[in-house]
Amino acid sequence: MWSLLRIELYKIFKRPRTYISFAAIWAIVSLIQLAIYVDGQRYMEFFMKDLAASFEIQGNMLNGYFVCFIILQTLLIHVPLLIALVAADMIAGEANMGTLRLLITKPVSRTKLMISKFLASAVYAVLLLVWMAILSLFLSMVIFGTDGMMNAKSYEIIILEKDDIFWRYALAFAYAAVALITVASLGFLLSVFAENAIGPIVATMSVIIVFTILSTMDIPLFQQVKHYFFTTHMIGWKGFFDVKVDADGNAIVGSIANLPAVLRSAGVLLAHTFLFTGAAILIFRKKDILS
Amino acid sequence: MESIIRIQGLTKHFNHFKAVSDLSFTVEKGDVYGFLGQNGAGKSTTIRMLLSLITPTAGSIEMFGLPLATHRREILRNVGAVIERPDLYKYLSAYENIHLFAAMSGIEVKRNHLMEQLAQVGLAERAHSKVRTYSQGMKQRLGLAIALVHDPQLIVLDEPTNGLDPQGIADIRNLILMLSRQMNKTVFVSSHLLSEIEQIANRMLIIDQGKKLVEGTVQNLFRTDDMILHLQTTNNLLAAELLQKSSYAKQLQEWDAHGMLLRLSKQEVPQLVAWLVQQQIEVMSVEPRFTLEDYFLKITTANQHVESFTH
Repeated sequence: MWSLLRIELYKIFKRPRTYISFAAIWAIVSLIQLAIYVDGQRYMEFFMKDLAASFEIQGNMLNGYFVCFIILQTLLIHVPLLIALVAADMIAGEANMGTLRLLITKPVSRTKLMISKFLASAVYAVLLLVWMAILSLFLSMVIFGTDGMMNAKSYEIIILEKDDIFWRYALAFAYAAVALITVASLGFLLSVFAENAIGPIVATMSVIIVFTILSTMDIPLFQQVKHYFFTTHMIGWKGFFDVKVDADGNAIVGSIANLPAVLRSAGVLLAHTFLFTGAAILIFRKKDILS
Repeated sequence: MESIIRIQGLTKHFNHFKAVSDLSFTVEKGDVYGFLGQNGAGKSTTIRMLLSLITPTAGSIEMFGLPLATHRREILRNVGAVIERPDLYKYLSAYENIHLFAAMSGIEVKRNHLMEQLAQVGLAERAHSKVRTYSQGMKQRLGLAIALVHDPQLIVLDEPTNGLDPQGIADIRNLILMLSRQMNKTVFVSSHLLSEIEQIANRMLIIDQGKKLVEGTVQNLFRTDDMILHLQTTNNLLAAELLQKSSYAKQLQEWDAHGMLLRLSKQEVPQLVAWLVQQQIEVMSVEPRFTLEDYFLKITTANQHVESFTH
């Protein structure tokens, strides 16, 4: 299995197109950082103008942690497209190239081949996220420094202490990895049905967009079923920045407001991942290779 | 004789379309087995079932004495294949491609061995060039090197000369003969061109519309006791007139001022020539017109007269 996984990773990272995703993330993060570096102070003043009348805000609120939060909010909606580019290509791309039939004639079980391909796309998703973490968190910490972080909600603003943030990001990125692997598993499943990668890539993004729209529509029917959509749980990483507050309204260091909800969301994502991947393997085991 | 492939009642339906129907045949060790049929006859479907790419609707496949359905991996360790086009990873070099597939075949990958394989098909000098820069012939040779890298006992080649120039076709033919004669490999090769199979196979099967038409040795299928000969003389019309009045009348098929066609056995040719000379007719040429290709067309094309007068 390890040998198969290495082969799949070798194929992924030998393809020039793989690096488009890494370049795209670098470009977007750099642009956001540049914009905040040049014009961030004005943005913060606008953001805090109502608060400034009532509160005295001390310290550097426009710090690396806050910038990373902005970047994640913006990017984690679009990264699934980059994941789909590779995951949806895993089977359909091989079928399109004509290499799938040669792979199947090798003395390797179809199940192991599929598992190795899925794991390879999961590794790619995690590496893309690590790259995003390096750029959006570590680079932002270097450029903008570190301090406490504001977490603004519609009804309250909570200031997280400087030393109470980094571990939250570590968990948030781990959660995001689970969410992106779920996207990868969906792309992987759709890839089994096609002989050209474009179809499954578009289909994966369509599913994400449609389900996201449905879950945001304030219609009772959709509100009831939205908890079953994996897209609803993809933003669960934000839960790590919701903290419990004490009687004085101060954030309790090391706390997470609703950890069971975060874990439940992660469970839903994992269940979808197993469902999609299991279905892909079962279908592929029976599939006639006609490409 | 040890059977390498034993097919019994092999059938494949795609919805209502019967791609292969009740096909049975046996390939013995050391055979170069020609699998012939026109495009769409069911050759590729059969080969894909042999290689476990497609699941049969009915029937059984045994290879090396083991059922494919339950011993797929053991069997495929001893099989090398090139299926239709040799599609490979174009963004990788030849060396990277063969390395990757060798690893998947479960052998210990050594650089020297891989380079030897590439050298065997004349690609050692271009080993590190990207496959996207290769010609069709080079890709075909690389496909063969990949098929052979794990030293399989059985080599399955599906239309291996498709898209090749005459030199490429000759190279593949020589390679197949070398594999059979020098390395004692069993080769199962499909084609829609009988002339190709005729030159390399010792046994063959002709398939049409998914069904077996004939199977046997090339010598038996191409018997010389029923040939169509094209005869040219110094006076073709007179020769034809004399033949019509002779005991050869029934054998005379067609004639015109350029020559005539006769159906007779190879052994009768010297007598015919001697008889014509006796009749003061000089014989310019005697050429067989009934080739394997004609035979192939005759049995695969319904109601088609292949004994046409062609030049």
